[in-house]
Amino acid sequence: MHDETWMLIEVGALLLGLSLLGRLAIKFGQSPIPLYMTAGLVFGSGGILPLQASTDFLSSGAELGVVLLLVMLGLEYSPTELVGNLKSSARAGIWDGLLNAIPGAVFALVLGWGPIAALAMAGVTWVSSSGVIAKVLRDLGRLGNRETPIVLSVLVLEDLAMAFYLPILSAVVIGASLLQGAITVAIAVGSVSVVLYLAVRHGKKLSRIFHSEQPETLLMGVLGLTMLVAGLASEVQVSAAVGAFLVGIALSGQVAHNAEKLLAPLRDLFAAIFFVFFGLTTNPADIPEVFFPALILAVVTMSTKVLTGYLAAKRAGIGRPGRWRTGLALMPRGEFTVIIAGLAVSAGVQPLIAPLAATYMLITVISGPVLARITDTAWFKQQMKAAAKREGALAGSSTSVAP
Amino acid sequence: MGVRIEKIDLPGFGVRHDVVTQAGQHIGVLSFRDGHREVALYDPEDPDAILGSVALTGDEAAALSDLLGHAALLSQLSGLGSGTIGLFTEQLVLPADSRFLDRPLGDTQARTKTGTSIVAILRGKDVIPSPTPAEILRLDDLIVAVGTREGLDKLDKLLAHSQV
Repeated sequence: MHDETWMLIEVGALLLGLSLLGRLAIKFGQSPIPLYMTAGLVFGSGGILPLQASTDFLSSGAELGVVLLLVMLGLEYSPTELVGNLKSSARAGIWDGLLNAIPGAVFALVLGWGPIAALAMAGVTWVSSSGVIAKVLRDLGRLGNRETPIVLSVLVLEDLAMAFYLPILSAVVIGASLLQGAITVAIAVGSVSVVLYLAVRHGKKLSRIFHSEQPETLLMGVLGLTMLVAGLASEVQVSAAVGAFLVGIALSGQVAHNAEKLLAPLRDLFAAIFFVFFGLTTNPADIPEVFFPALILAVVTMSTKVLTGYLAAKRAGIGRPGRWRTGLALMPRGEFTVIIAGLAVSAGVQPLIAPLAATYMLITVISGPVLARITDTAWFKQQMKAAAKREGALAGSSTSVAP
Repeated sequence: MGVRIEKIDLPGFGVRHDVVTQAGQHIGVLSFRDGHREVALYDPEDPDAILGSVALTGDEAAALSDLLGHAALLSQLSGLGSGTIGLFTEQLVLPADSRFLDRPLGDTQARTKTGTSIVAILRGKDVIPSPTPAEILRLDDLIVAVGTREGLDKLDKLLAHSQV
């Protein structure tokens, strides 16, 4: 009884605090995620004011946060969008994977963390944050821009790639033998492919079991199905996140639209708890040790993201300013970085991944949206004009020489 | 004449339709999942970036499209021609001495006598789509009619009948 009372007090105070922090962040045009995570660091083990009674609740809440984040991600994309993007932007997606995953993997190997940690770190640095980036694009009024579909399609492909990456990682981190590991991976990838195929082909049938007009039953039904599938997926090492994502993709039409509206507030609540919880479980005392490596990693992989975006936009025929906008917008990492780090740490791969990923994500999430604004400055526009003029002069001189 | 419209997915947000005008200008029409729309214009110096956009609610978008639609309907009708199906559209001016001036459209018996259909009347800035027989014809009305070549010629003569 006493414990539950304390749970109410702690969680209540925490949420109230988060709300105030969030307001502050939004006022300064920042994502509130860094503040949520910092709050977690302050109240966590080794922090200034460790929480006692509410860790169980927060732990479950964080798990639910992952499930909700992913099911919402799936709901936002229609199967046709996924297939369409896969066809049109596969090349950009592959470049994105290579340019951004390899630095993370190399980093882990250089630090001597071994191949499994390298696989995890590849994921940590690979995936940009759809949530943060979508918000930045909206805030900066860039949704109508011609390069925006390129940014979004990179995000879609990354999220889709996670549906295969996470099961592989979960199979590898439990440290099965090579053969056993290969079988687990094959099962995981196979089941994801089958579910994805069924979701794209027959998603409408699944949506039909729900009644889209009754908010209460729809909320419980969709949340129930998502948690059930997420749990089952986790049981067969496909990872709960992927299960939830697939449910989101499979639901379509009015059901998906209404479910999105109903789940959004729940997602906001539990996603905040998820970020707090990651902060809670990360010991702030470990951060100074990993700060500089994280900073270096952030600088390198933010640059590779810019390069990814620049090249993808160039291929799509976007002009020079738009290429920079694409690259700079893609820099922030977010939820997947934390999910992957959490997965690796809970399997005991390398404890330092948690503080490193936390610091790394904080750096990219705080600096990314600020840097993305560079392209709106007068200075940047001046540079672009100068570059265009140089190129024009160059083209002009070469044509005069050619004949 | 076809209009170039491109559809581009904005995963997670909705779709953008890109309309390229004959003069080479681009108009972006963003349709968001929540039903609101935005109409955007592009920066001539940086054609990938929008210069600004106008947010429209569903109702406003519908009203705007109605407004543009009337004009578009008429230009589409006049484009019906090309003779492939033997139907033409013509805009006829009601002559100042026509005997149908200030009389209801029904009096012309245009459909019976010429086999043509009067699909709209343009009066100044107003458009009267599908006018009823009771519609009174006014000076300077522009009558939009669809019919065969012969029918339209007959209609032209019919309307030109001066007051007896």
